Amino acid sequence: MSNDLAWIDAALSSARPQAIGALLRYFRDLDTAEEAFQEACLRALKTWPQKGPPRDPAAWLIMVGRNAALDGVRKTSRQTELPPEETISDVDDVEAPMAERLDGAQYRDDILRLMFICCHPDLPATQQIALALRIVSGLSVKQIARAFLVSEAAMEQRITRAKGRIAKAEVPFEAPGPIERAERLAAVAAMAYLVFNEGYTAGADATEDRAQLAGEAIRLGRLLLRLFQAEPEIMGLLALMLLQQARAPARFDADGAAVLLEDQDRGRWDRRMIAEGLGLIDKAMRHNRPGPYQVQAAIAALHDRAARFEDTDWTQIEALYASLEIMTPSPVVTLNRAVAASRSRGAEDALTLIEPLAGALDGYFYFHGARGAFLLQLGRDGEARQAFDRAIALANTAAEAAHIRSQIDRLTAQAKAG
Amino acid sequence: MLYALLCYNSEEVVFSWTKEQDDAVMEKLHHVHEKMAVKNKLGPSLRLVPTTAATTLRKSSDPPLVIDGPFAETKEQLLGFYVVDCQDLDEALGFARELAVANPGGAYEIRPIRFFQPGTLPEEIAAG
Repeated sequence: MSNDLAWIDAALSSARPQAIGALLRYFRDLDTAEEAFQEACLRALKTWPQKGPPRDPAAWLIMVGRNAALDGVRKTSRQTELPPEETISDVDDVEAPMAERLDGAQYRDDILRLMFICCHPDLPATQQIALALRIVSGLSVKQIARAFLVSEAAMEQRITRAKGRIAKAEVPFEAPGPIERAERLAAVAAMAYLVFNEGYTAGADATEDRAQLAGEAIRLGRLLLRLFQAEPEIMGLLALMLLQQARAPARFDADGAAVLLEDQDRGRWDRRMIAEGLGLIDKAMRHNRPGPYQVQAAIAALHDRAARFEDTDWTQIEALYASLEIMTPSPVVTLNRAVAASRSRGAEDALTLIEPLAGALDGYFYFHGARGAFLLQLGRDGEARQAFDRAIALANTAAEAAHIRSQIDRLTAQAKAG
Repeated sequence: MLYALLCYNSEEVVFSWTKEQDDAVMEKLHHVHEKMAVKNKLGPSLRLVPTTAATTLRKSSDPPLVIDGPFAETKEQLLGFYVVDCQDLDEALGFARELAVANPGGAYEIRPIRFFQPGTLPEEIAAG
């Protein structure tokens, strides 16, 4: 029985995007669509354990949710005035063939629209993420609040405000053309990756709810790829998230300190996620339509493929960062390229690559951390120490600061020994 | 008689399991496997990566058509399968193309494997 309920729970959450997406198309109002879905879920929990789950849970939820919401509309209007008899029977007539029309032709655009409204450009990234987690993934406000370390009331307010903003915006309900569909897909992919990073970049001290966001993002990625099976960038996005998340079990030590890639116990990496990620990137590359997600996934794949840190193909990684620099120029990409170059060509070359970034990245923890490491390799200890001091001042998490401090300690120990 | 058992379930549900849930199921399955394995009755068994990683070679057209995604037709039925060790998808597709020449019509769905155990069948049975 408990097994049944667990199955129903999983079935309800995986049907959620399609069901709410269809209900949103029908009612053109997010709150109504969400309430209709809630009602359908309550009925599913009542009837499925006895009658068994329907063959197509999403279609069932859409049907039941739609009827429930229409009943609600009728009840409310009855309190004021009775609608003409023929209106009611009209509605019933429309409902009857509904099941047959749920042929999946529209559901791809339904889900895409549902995800796309969460990416409204007026919404700051944090609101986009909160909204997507609430509406698309179905996380409770409490879960999202815990993930972002804010009170439930504050998160409730943040989500309500975001919803208010998109309610005022023009939500496009007609089926998108190919160009518009591609634009929506790109925006939604970026949002999914934001959700992923929100979970992935959190330190070991982050709550479980926060770490769980990476898993939610992977689910969003799988959902997108099922809808757009031939999009190499979506394959790349999912591969990238899987190949990074595979390393999660080895990223922090027992004390919660970040473990560098070179010190990670590779035996703890999740081989299943790696297998899936490698399969996806392999499939994406055959399209010969490279993009930033694919390139980043290919970089992650090279790390994951190396049995030992010494086996890492840094030359190839630097080449990939160089192509990423052309696709999405940014000082951070160049910094990463320099880190790869320091391994393949040496710290001198790496330092030359990052010197021009000093202005742009002066307030960036990783810049000073990497610069310190390069200087240290070149034996320029004094300058290295200055760079590390600057990095510590900019550290975002205790783990980051601890990592730099250990390098400074090493310098100090060397100085004493010397 | 050798039998193949083909596993079906909703991948959306199965792949939303946490690692702990997944490990727990695998552990329970392992006990069932073991009972067959010690009697030398267990052949190769495996778990596939989700269908999002699938590629399909449609061999009804000439040359065969490579399509992203799983085999989705209901008019054709699963008639058998191969397990091959390939460098990459291209090599696997190359093998599928050769098979297609030998046996045109239908399709091959190519799926990465995420878990594989060779089993304990004695050689004479494995050889058929």
